[in-house]
Amino acid sequence: MDDDAEIIAEFLVESHENLDQLDRDLVELEQHPGSRELLSSIFRTIHTIKGTSGFLAFGRLERLTHVGETLLSQLRDGEKAMTPPIAEALLRMVDTVRALLDVIERTGKDEDESVEVAPVAAVIEALLAGVEPEAEVPDELPAELPAELPDVLPVVLATPELALAGAGVTPGVSGNGALPTAPPDSQEQAVVVAPAVASYVAEAVPATGEPEPHPDPAEDAAERRTVVDSSVRVDVDLLDNLVQLVGELVLTRNQLLQRSEISDDVELVRASQRLDLVASELQESVMKTRMQPIGQVWAKMPRIVRDLSHQLGREVDLTMEGHETELDRSLLEALRGPLTHLVRNSLDHGIERPEDRLAAGKPRSGKLLLRAFHESGQVVVEITDDGKGIDPDKIAAVAIERGVVSREQIARLDTKEIVNLIFRPGFSTATEITNVSGRGVGMDVVRTNIERIGGSVDLQSEVGRSTTVRVRIPLTLAIIPALVVGEGAERYAIPQANLVELVRLEGEDLERSVERLAGAPVLRLRGKLLPLVSLSEALGGEPEQVEALTVVVLQSDDLRFGLCVSAVHDTQEIVVKPIGRQLKNLTMYAGATIMGDGRVALILDVAGIAASRRIEATENEVTEVRAVDEDAVALLVLEVAGGQRAALPLSAVARLEEFPRDRVERTGGSEVVQYRDGLLPLVRLAPAIGLPDSSFDSEQISVVVHERDDRAVGIVIDRVLDVIETSVITSQVGHRYGVTGSAVVQDRVTDLVDLEAVVARTGVGA
Amino acid sequence: MNAATVAGGSFGGLTEQYCTFWVDDLYFGVPVDGVQEVLRHQPMTPVPQASEAVRGLINLRGQIVTAVDLRVRLGLPPRADDALPMNVIVRNRGEVVSLLVDDIGDVIDTSGHGGSELEAPPTNMPPQVQQVVLGVRPLDESILLVLDADKAVDVSAAPESVNG
Repeated sequence: MDDDAEIIAEFLVESHENLDQLDRDLVELEQHPGSRELLSSIFRTIHTIKGTSGFLAFGRLERLTHVGETLLSQLRDGEKAMTPPIAEALLRMVDTVRALLDVIERTGKDEDESVEVAPVAAVIEALLAGVEPEAEVPDELPAELPAELPDVLPVVLATPELALAGAGVTPGVSGNGALPTAPPDSQEQAVVVAPAVASYVAEAVPATGEPEPHPDPAEDAAERRTVVDSSVRVDVDLLDNLVQLVGELVLTRNQLLQRSEISDDVELVRASQRLDLVASELQESVMKTRMQPIGQVWAKMPRIVRDLSHQLGREVDLTMEGHETELDRSLLEALRGPLTHLVRNSLDHGIERPEDRLAAGKPRSGKLLLRAFHESGQVVVEITDDGKGIDPDKIAAVAIERGVVSREQIARLDTKEIVNLIFRPGFSTATEITNVSGRGVGMDVVRTNIERIGGSVDLQSEVGRSTTVRVRIPLTLAIIPALVVGEGAERYAIPQANLVELVRLEGEDLERSVERLAGAPVLRLRGKLLPLVSLSEALGGEPEQVEALTVVVLQSDDLRFGLCVSAVHDTQEIVVKPIGRQLKNLTMYAGATIMGDGRVALILDVAGIAASRRIEATENEVTEVRAVDEDAVALLVLEVAGGQRAALPLSAVARLEEFPRDRVERTGGSEVVQYRDGLLPLVRLAPAIGLPDSSFDSEQISVVVHERDDRAVGIVIDRVLDVIETSVITSQVGHRYGVTGSAVVQDRVTDLVDLEAVVARTGVGA
Repeated sequence: MNAATVAGGSFGGLTEQYCTFWVDDLYFGVPVDGVQEVLRHQPMTPVPQASEAVRGLINLRGQIVTAVDLRVRLGLPPRADDALPMNVIVRNRGEVVSLLVDDIGDVIDTSGHGGSELEAPPTNMPPQVQQVVLGVRPLDESILLVLDADKAVDVSAAPESVNG
C-alpha cells in the first residue's frame, strides 16, 4: 500500500509538470497548427499518463486519455487537421485530466463523480467520427460576450445621462411632450438589456467554472500543500554545491568555537553557541536533500526475483523491509549493482529447488528477505535467504585448491572468516556456470564496489538453514570519521574505515617485537608478521631512531601493514575535499581536509602508501615462503610454566584469544569460559604436560583455541612467543605424557605438545 | 563557487587589463578576468613528495588551493628566508590555483600602448621563463611579461630543484 502511495505521488508530480507543458504546447499549436514536433510532444505526454493510469487502475482517467490519444495520433499522422473545435476539445480534455489528478491526489482514486469525463470524451469521440460539434460548448460563451456588449453598454451608460437630462429639463419644458417620452424608452431598453447581460454573465460563470472542479481553493490551499507544491526539482550540481558550502560553514564554525572558548565575551560565546546549533541543523538538513530512500532500489527487486526464479526453477517469497531508509543519492546509485548481484546469488546458490527443499523438510518456496535500516550512523542492508547456506569446509577446500589461502592460514581462521573467503579475488564456488551467476562478476567485485564507497560487506551462514549478507555503508561520502596523526609539524588524517588497531611499543617490547628482515622492519603481532612502514620515510623524510613506536595497523583489501607515526591526535569527523590536479599523481593522498584551526591537513590513501612502499598482500608473501621450504612445519611457539618453551603445530590452532581471569567459570571439575554463544572448556597446558602451573598469576589468560569438528578447546598458556616455519628434528628426550618429544627450535629446547593427550584432559572427545 | 572557467591563456588580443606582480626582477601580468583575488601570505600545509614547485595547500575560505611557487616554476633563485610570498589566486580549468609571487603591482590598462597584439617573448630569455610567457608588452617604463597561467600551473614541466 505504501508502495502504491509512493508511486501515485510520483505519478502526480510528473503528470502535473507534463500538463503545464501540455497547456503551453496546445496553445502554441493553435498558432502553428501543422507543427509535427508539438503534436508528437503532446501525444507522448498523454500517452504516458494513459499508460500509467492503466497500470494504476484509474479507469476513468485511462478512458479519457485514451480517446484524447487517438485524436492526437490522427492529428500527428496528418489524418486530421487542427481546427479550433479540436483545440478546444483537447484543452478541455487537459483540464479534465488535471481535475481527475486532483481527485486522485485527494482520494487516491479517480472515481469522484464531481468530475465528469463522459461529456468531454463524447465530444472527442464525435470529433473522431468526423462530426464538427456546434459551438454549443459552454466554454465558448465568454468569447461571444465582447461581441455583444459594445452594443449594449452605451445604452446602459446613456440612460442616467438621459435621465438626468430629463430631470433637469422637465420642470422648465413641461409643455414639450417629445422629451418625457425619451427617458422611459431608453430606461426600458436599459432594463431589458441589463438582465440580458446578467444572464450571459450568470451563464458564463458556471459554464466556465464547471470543467474545472477545483475544490474551493481558499479552503483547501490553507490546509495542505499539494504533492506538486511540496516538491521542487533541483539540479544535482546545485545540491552538491550546497553540501560543499555547508561543509565550509561547519569548518568556520569550528574555528569560531575554538576562539570563543577562550573568550571572555559572554555575548560572543552565546552567539557562537547559537551558530553551532544552527550550523549543525543546517548541515543535517542539507545532507537530507541529497538523501533518497532505498525503496528506489527495492522497487526493481520484485521483477528481478520473479524473472530469476522462473529462469532457475525456484519458488521464492520476497519480503522487503525499510523502504524509507535513506542514503546519499550517489551511494544509492553505487549500491544498485552489488545488491542486484547479491540477490541473484541468493537465488542461484542459496535457495534450493522446490523438490530439494521438500526433501530437506523445508517449505516449497524459499524466503528472501531484504532489510534496510540505520545503525550507528551507517546504513545496513541485509539480504537473507533460507536456502542451503554455505559450507565452510567446502569453502576451505576450494580456497586451498585455488591457492587463495594456505592450509596454515585456514587453521587460523574461524568459521565466519572462512565463509567470508568467498569475497576474495579468484574465488567462485559455482560448480556450474549458470546464466545468472558465474559471468565473471564474482563476490570480490561486489566487495570491491562496496568498499569503494566506504562500505563493508560480510556474510554469515548456517549450513542447511540460511545465509545472511550484511552490507554496511556510510550515510554520506562527504564527511567521514578519521584518525588524525602527527608527523613532523603536520597532521594527517587516516580514514577510520582502514583502521584496524593502534599498537604502542616501548623499551623492551620494541626491541623484541620489531625486527629487520633484510632492512625491512616487521612487527610480530600476535603470531603474525606485520610489515612496518614509517610515515616519515613514506613522506620522504630520513629514517630516525626512536625510543617508542606508535603503530597504526591499517588494512586495505588484502593489504595489512603497520604505519609508524610520531603522534596520534584524535578521531574526528572530517570533510573530504578534493586536491588540485598538480597533486593527482601522488597516490598516497586521498584528498585534503581543513582542521578546526583552519589549517589544511592531507588525507592519507592507505592503499596508495602501501603501493609506494611496495607492500603486497601478506598472504602472497607467506605462500612464497612456503614454496621455498617444502618440509617446513609452521609452529606456534609458546611460553609456559614461567619460562619453559613449548610448541604446537600451527595448523591445530584455530585462534588466539585473551580473556580476563574473572571470566573463567567452573562447571563440575572443569574450567570454562563463555565464548561465542557457547562454552569453551579450558585446559591449562603446564600441568597437562607435567610442568608447574603459573598461568594463574596474570589478570589476563592467554588461550589457544583448538577446533576439532564442531568442538573447541581452549589451551591456557602463559603467552605466545612466535610463529616460525622450520624443519623439526624431534628427539625422544623429554618424551612424557602430553609431550611427544623435544626439538631445538630457535636454538632453544622446546617441548612438542601432544595435542591429543592434552585435549583428552578436558573430557572433550579427541 | 562554480565560477566560469577562465583559462588564463586562452584570450585573444582583447584583454587590455592586467593584474601585475613581480617575481625576482621580472614584471609579470595576468589578464584581470582570470584572477579571482590577491592575498597576502597565507599559512600553507606542505605536501611531501609533491613537485618542487608546489609549495603547499592553502585554505581559501574552505576551498583547498594548491600554491605554486613561480620562482621555482621559472627556475629562479629562491627568495630570501624572511621574505613572505604573496598569493595571486587564478582560476584555471575549473580549479583555483595560487601563484606565489614576490610582490603585487597595480592593475594596469595597456590599451594606450601600441597595438592590441602581444609581442613574442625575446628568444634570448631562459627557456624556463619563455615557456610560461605568452607574450611581452613594452610599456613606458618597463616591459610586461604576460603570463600563460595554463602553463604556469602545470608543475609537471617545472624544473627539478635547480637550486637544491
